[in-house]
Amino acid sequence: MSYSTIAEDTRPLHHPKTWVGKYVWSQDHKVIALQYTITAVSVGLVALVLSGLMRLQLGFPGMIQFITPEAYYQFVTMHGMIMVIYLLTALLLGGFGNYMIPLMIGARDMVFPYVNMLSFWVYLLSVIVLMASFFVPGGPTGAGWTLYPPQAITAGTPGATWGIILMLASLAIFIVAFTMGGLNYVTTVLQARTRGMTLMRMPCTVWGIFVATILGLLAFPALLVAAVMMMLDRLIGTSFFMPSIISMGEPLAHSGGSPILFQHLFWFFGHPEVYIVALPAFGIVSDLISTHARKNIFGYRMMVWAIIIIGGLSFVVWAHHMYVSGMNPYFGFFFATSTLIIAVPTAIKVYNWILTLWRGDIHLRVPMLFAIGFIFTFIHGGLTGLFLGNVSVDVPLSDTYFVVGHFHMVMGVSPILVVFGAIYHWYPKITGRMWNKMLGQLHFWITFIGVYLIYLPMHYLGLLGVPRRYYEMGDTDFVPASAQWANEAITVAALTVGVAQLIFFYNLIHSYFKGPKADPNPWGATSLEWQTPQTPPVHGNWGPTLPTVYRWAYDYSVPGAAQDFIPQNVPPEDMAQDHETRGPAVVEE
Amino acid sequence: MSQTTLTQQDHLVTAPNSLEGLVSDWSTDQEVFKKVQWGKAMMWIFLLSDTFIFSCFLTSYMTVRASTTVPWPNPSEVFALTLFGQNVPLILIAIMTFVLISSSGTMAMAVNFGYRRNRKMTAALMYATALLGLMFVSMQAFEWTKLISEGARPWANPWGAPQFGATFFMITGFHGLHVTIGVIYLTIIATRVLNGVYDRNGKYEVVEIAGLYWHFVDLVWVFIFAFFYLW
Ligand code: HEM
Ligand SMILES: [Cu+2]
Repeated sequence: MSYSTIAEDTRPLHHPKTWVGKYVWSQDHKVIALQYTITAVSVGLVALVLSGLMRLQLGFPGMIQFITPEAYYQFVTMHGMIMVIYLLTALLLGGFGNYMIPLMIGARDMVFPYVNMLSFWVYLLSVIVLMASFFVPGGPTGAGWTLYPPQAITAGTPGATWGIILMLASLAIFIVAFTMGGLNYVTTVLQARTRGMTLMRMPCTVWGIFVATILGLLAFPALLVAAVMMMLDRLIGTSFFMPSIISMGEPLAHSGGSPILFQHLFWFFGHPEVYIVALPAFGIVSDLISTHARKNIFGYRMMVWAIIIIGGLSFVVWAHHMYVSGMNPYFGFFFATSTLIIAVPTAIKVYNWILTLWRGDIHLRVPMLFAIGFIFTFIHGGLTGLFLGNVSVDVPLSDTYFVVGHFHMVMGVSPILVVFGAIYHWYPKITGRMWNKMLGQLHFWITFIGVYLIYLPMHYLGLLGVPRRYYEMGDTDFVPASAQWANEAITVAALTVGVAQLIFFYNLIHSYFKGPKADPNPWGATSLEWQTPQTPPVHGNWGPTLPTVYRWAYDYSVPGAAQDFIPQNVPPEDMAQDHETRGPAVVEE
Repeated sequence: MSQTTLTQQDHLVTAPNSLEGLVSDWSTDQEVFKKVQWGKAMMWIFLLSDTFIFSCFLTSYMTVRASTTVPWPNPSEVFALTLFGQNVPLILIAIMTFVLISSSGTMAMAVNFGYRRNRKMTAALMYATALLGLMFVSMQAFEWTKLISEGARPWANPWGAPQFGATFFMITGFHGLHVTIGVIYLTIIATRVLNGVYDRNGKYEVVEIAGLYWHFVDLVWVFIFAFFYLW
């Protein structure tokens, strides 16, 4: 088998000469990845500040004057939407996807670098449009991140004049950006792998990102369609989602539309979105655990198939978010069943992570701490998910703080912990420098203990019946006054965790300039990104020839091998001897 | 690059036409779709994603049509033209559909001539395809104008449920946008074919990729036609 693939084309890449060409209008997947990461983290900080403000209001009602009920709604909405879409989706796919896919599969770049570059700039535009909504009359939309109509576009909801329009426009622009990037990631994985890199030799990270991207390409269309239709309802007075309705004493001109249709479209996107965020995290955490436990990932094939099956099933569970929407009750039965089925492959993954740790040579380095932290928070969020997946349990808990606790654990904290772990893990490769260990550990422990202090009490508040998205509780019979103590404690913990992130940023920025030079492969990892000729890898990644892959990504602690890891590009005959970390020249099969 | 790919047909990894072939393609290294150019693979994936957009639009249309409180207008009456004093139902749309399907024919021929490196015929047939596409869009513009002059609006219409106009303008508009983009796309590619760009760089597959897009737009139309005009 020896035809030359497009990926092996040896014509030189177009190397830009100017600073702007290298770092601004760059077509290098690594620079684009960093641009994505920096932008995503920056808006993420806005969302973090908003959550701090919300917590201040909840813990100490009325303390901050400018947090009016309207402002609170706007903060909730913007916080949720930014965290889910503009931070996590963009960071895990645009950031990690861009950086890791070509390096891990042995490609020089994404298949269409120019489209990849456009993807970032369009994403930036979507962020700017979103941020602009803070400055328009009426401010950003306060419809909740789910944007349910009719309230999302009727007067009385904050931001119904301009905010909602900018939100919908920004989402549409984001989807265009995502599509341009996503097509690239999928095509690159399918068609541009290096010699010897079969799909079943790819690291779990690539698998997670790959399947998540496919989910995105198939799920975002529903959001796009919903956004277009709502935009038409809002701007030219169609009635897709708007029934006959009386708003502020006046009947509106709408009639006959279906608000439930919006919920179906939104959640047909919204549930896979959870996995768009979770699957890359699953993949990355598998690699962190395996590398730092010096053991192959337990049940690699099962792990891959679990990712694929979860991805497929995630399209048939969406209405578990709609048990209280008034849809046909028989739907509830179907969606509860499918939801509980999805727990099976998910549980397999958790068992496999734990079995990978079992009797491993565990190095509790900072990335590993975060990976293990993830196992805790994910099990926790997963178990409460089993509760909420059942209709009869969900009905009383729906729209309470139990739900807030659940989804923050499972799709807020868990992926964020993985993101931290991944940044610590790959930082030495990306920058060529090593971060400070002490600060890293401090960051981990504050964050890990902090999130439990924040979210564990929320489950309790939810069981008491404290509703979600409430500006303040006022006096009720069913919520004891002591609930307010819990709220104060949560706020203190949340602010501490929020401020503690400064340690992280300080560590990254300081180490970038002053950190000690890092070894090209400090963790003794097997996957290709650690075997590049230069650290950080240069444009084109591999020098004159692409690496050849001879083995899977998990040859750790192989009996009889000279070292406790064998990089993927080491041929079988070299195994016993010492080897360089560089890829060998292409060997003709 | 793709030149080499195309001239090395003898080395083609011929997959047996069976499940085994499928499995072996997916379990080998480098490429899942052997010798398929990146652009072509990417277009297929894009079209899959676009299919979901149209499916969501059409499903939404069916939902609002099923749940609206006022009866739905009768399409054979709304979409009728008065020709020579006769009321002919669906005549315009029949012609439009015929034109678009024919354009798929010319496109398929263009792709065929592209494979044979026949520069002039390829370009000519692509221009013809674009022209047919343009005719389609013009007739659609005529249809829109007629309906609007009869009082149809996205938010209301004289015949029944307001969602009729809303879904009609939105879905045919979105499809018409695809056709318009396709016409521009085909014109650009045809001009580049004519200028010999692909003879020089060997990337004749670009014609086929444009063809994929065009056939997709036609296929979607068949569904819109069936669901909108015949239901
Ligand atoms: C320190 C970290 C965080 C804190 C303190 C925090 C706090 C909050 C608070 C107070 C609410 C509003 C609850 C309510 O009034 O109903 C909220 C809602 C929400 N948060 Fe977070 N959050 C944090 C991180 C995250 C992350 C990482 C995500 C990513 C998935 C996230 C996603 C959401 C979503 C989707 C909502 C729901 C918004 C809505 O109801 O429309 N949060 N968060
Ligand atoms: Cu869900």
